[in-house]
Amino acid sequence: MRVFMLGWEFPPYISGGLGTACYGLTKAMNQLGVEVTFVLPKIVNGKYVTHVKLLTPDSQTSKTSLNLNELKNVSFCTINSPLQAYSTPDSYQQQFEETLRQKQIKNSTFSLKQSSFGGADYGGDMYTEVHRYAALAAELAEKEQFDIVHAHDWMTYPAGIAVAALSGKPLIVHMHATEFDRSGEHVNQMIYDIERRGLHAADKIIAVSYLTRSIIVDRYGISREKVEVVHNGVERNGNKILTDSGISKDEKIVLFLGRITMQKGPEYFLRAAKRVIDVMENVKFVMAGSGDLMHRAVEMAAELGIGSKVLFTGFLRGDAVQKIYQMADLFVMPSVSEPFGLVPLEALDNDVPVIISKQSGVSEVLKHALKVDFWDVEEIANKIIAVLKYPPLKMTLRDYGNFEVRKLRWNESAAKCLRIYEDTMVAV
Amino acid sequence: MINISREAFCVLCTHDVLRRAKYKLQNTRKNMASICFYFQVHQPRRLRHYTVFDDDDKYFDDSKNAFICRKVANKCYLPANRLLLDTIKRYEGRFRIAYSITGVLLEQLFKFSPEVISTFDALAETGCVEFLAETYYHSLSFLYSRDEFIEQINKHCDTIEELFGQKPKIFRNTELIYNNELAGLIESMDSFDAILTEGADHILGSKSPNFVYRPRDCGRLKLLLKNYTLSDDIAFRFSNRDWAEWPLTADKYAQWVNRINGNGNVVNLFMDYETFGEHQWEDTGIFNFMRHLPDEILKHPDNDFKTPSEVIQTYEPVGTVDIPHLISWADTERDLSAWLGNAMQSNAIHELYRIEKKVKKTGSEKIIEDWRKLQTSDHFYYMCTKYFADGDVHKYFNPYDSPYDSYINFMNILGNLHNRCSKRATGALSGTSLQNKDQPNLQIVC
Repeated sequence: MRVFMLGWEFPPYISGGLGTACYGLTKAMNQLGVEVTFVLPKIVNGKYVTHVKLLTPDSQTSKTSLNLNELKNVSFCTINSPLQAYSTPDSYQQQFEETLRQKQIKNSTFSLKQSSFGGADYGGDMYTEVHRYAALAAELAEKEQFDIVHAHDWMTYPAGIAVAALSGKPLIVHMHATEFDRSGEHVNQMIYDIERRGLHAADKIIAVSYLTRSIIVDRYGISREKVEVVHNGVERNGNKILTDSGISKDEKIVLFLGRITMQKGPEYFLRAAKRVIDVMENVKFVMAGSGDLMHRAVEMAAELGIGSKVLFTGFLRGDAVQKIYQMADLFVMPSVSEPFGLVPLEALDNDVPVIISKQSGVSEVLKHALKVDFWDVEEIANKIIAVLKYPPLKMTLRDYGNFEVRKLRWNESAAKCLRIYEDTMVAV
Repeated sequence: MINISREAFCVLCTHDVLRRAKYKLQNTRKNMASICFYFQVHQPRRLRHYTVFDDDDKYFDDSKNAFICRKVANKCYLPANRLLLDTIKRYEGRFRIAYSITGVLLEQLFKFSPEVISTFDALAETGCVEFLAETYYHSLSFLYSRDEFIEQINKHCDTIEELFGQKPKIFRNTELIYNNELAGLIESMDSFDAILTEGADHILGSKSPNFVYRPRDCGRLKLLLKNYTLSDDIAFRFSNRDWAEWPLTADKYAQWVNRINGNGNVVNLFMDYETFGEHQWEDTGIFNFMRHLPDEILKHPDNDFKTPSEVIQTYEPVGTVDIPHLISWADTERDLSAWLGNAMQSNAIHELYRIEKKVKKTGSEKIIEDWRKLQTSDHFYYMCTKYFADGDVHKYFNPYDSPYDSYINFMNILGNLHNRCSKRATGALSGTSLQNKDQPNLQIVC
């Protein structure tokens, strides 16, 4: 089985769960002997300063993080396109202008196969860019041999459609997040249209949760039979530092880790923090991550009068993430809408118990987690206090949760995808 | 309440086949086989959602409790009582049964469904129904406080005597939890003639549950053991279409009972009363089965129905049973892991009994009563993580989404109760009147 896979981020250049998911999935596919050609838009700008900055190549970590041996059946193609995950048209425009100003295209430190296409002639808006990416991907595909096309999230859908049309191969589109998850009801019509076109053009759709499947069915006019659910897995933390971290603390730490955007519900985290701090001492709330609501969140903490109890770390990666997990007593994910949500699995893998919103796909696969409605601040606070106050609760959640997470492996997700490929190829 | 997992069910089915084969082989000698039915009737007083921010002393969700109570009354208690009353009248005293009804349920029935009490009363008046003793609050107090345990038994006996005009002579502990020590304690109370417990193979070894025994170290008290195969045929397997014996008819069941005739004196059929109409819905034919069962059983001239007291008056112990470790009738394990299997359960129950002195010292009837209602074993059962991941089990009217929610809720309430006690104590010390209402004061100490 040979797969032509269209993605938009890959470790170490990630800003969220999509890159991690693509890494886990392709690694497990590699073990199943599936050949994957993974197409990525090349990251062009290393100095850009907004939340997008977090994606930029970091030459110090790139080689160690990408163990190519694990991915020997996966080959990479990059296209000189500034597309990045979680971009909005606005931030894209800014980035584009910045790039023009610098007029300098930095070569990737990735030791990957590089497309001869592209150059500095980027289109000036996101819409054009997505379609340029599609055209270049299609051209690239002509040189490749594959059996099926697999496109991850909306920015790659036009590319997926083009490649499938030209090659005559079946198209699988993978929905990691819908526009409704990202933007609530303030849907960007252009993105919605692209998603809708991709979903309708696909021979089969993979949704990361039943929650996402119902959004696809209800909001995009797709029949339920066309959508398969494949839950994400979690990458085992192989190099866990088992020695004493040397952290001694007399304060409890409650952790928020993720992009600080509307979708992740930072507001509810802060309101719950306020309720907890009202009745409890020796507790600190850490918000690790960045995003377009970061400034708003800092302001809000100050408005609530809990500024000194809430720490903002910015975006963390690598060892810093490990360290924050080691310090944390509890992880809270109050997402308003979370198609899947890999972070709670990572937290449990690092022995941190979790509170997750019922409005998350991951709550479909986790039993040993505390679950709340994201808007129910009182209940979030109630549960935070319970975990901090009753050690047996923390212990039971951690031990059973960690055990449960060990069972959620990427190879099951990859095997499911493979089955879907085979079924689709028979049907087409 | 007893519950069973799917896995456990398969194990039970295998045992079941082996045991039937054994009975067949041994079926040579003739003597009486008495059927002894005992039904456990219980519903806990479920707690309301109580957060750490709540500070009132209203701990119970009585709209939910009323709803469940009425529902179970309509589906089970009323139709089953009617059926058994008719059957008793029809057989003019030859059909006899026993109940153990918990105090927490009786209180709720009075409040929410009093007509059920009058049908139990009508059953009592037939003289063919025996009422057993247990802890009023369906508690695990035997494990943590002997004083409390005895007080609760006495309270239950008084209630039963007042309601149904008979003083219980047979004791059954919550969930049939039992060991030698319990038997010793019950004998020393000098109020009871016998005690009931589980008769699973791995507990009894080669002994048959179909005889009367004497607990080790007891001189007078007798022991009746549940015939789990024949009990579970009705309670668990009855409606299971994957079971080789499905559908179970009264006629077939009577034949199995007849096989015991010859190598046993008594068949102890102990089960939850909710088996009729709740665990096994009416459309499974469970009521019809019960309607026809006496006929089929009594077709054999050697068979009869007896209450536990009649059983022990008729049959002498054939030997002693030594059970040093605690057993129960729950799950395949037949141990205490359903209530005390994880750290949360153990913590919750220890914290509960740790404040016993403090609670009693307040002298407040309301505080003591609230504390006792928190002892009902179901609260700890809801915290069980044993089969949680399989999505199985323990689901019968469980008000919580997860064992964790159940623990948090319980601990929040216990925290409030504790504060009420402290408040009283400080009030008493500083000389303020005890007439003051309990004004709980939210304090969180880490």
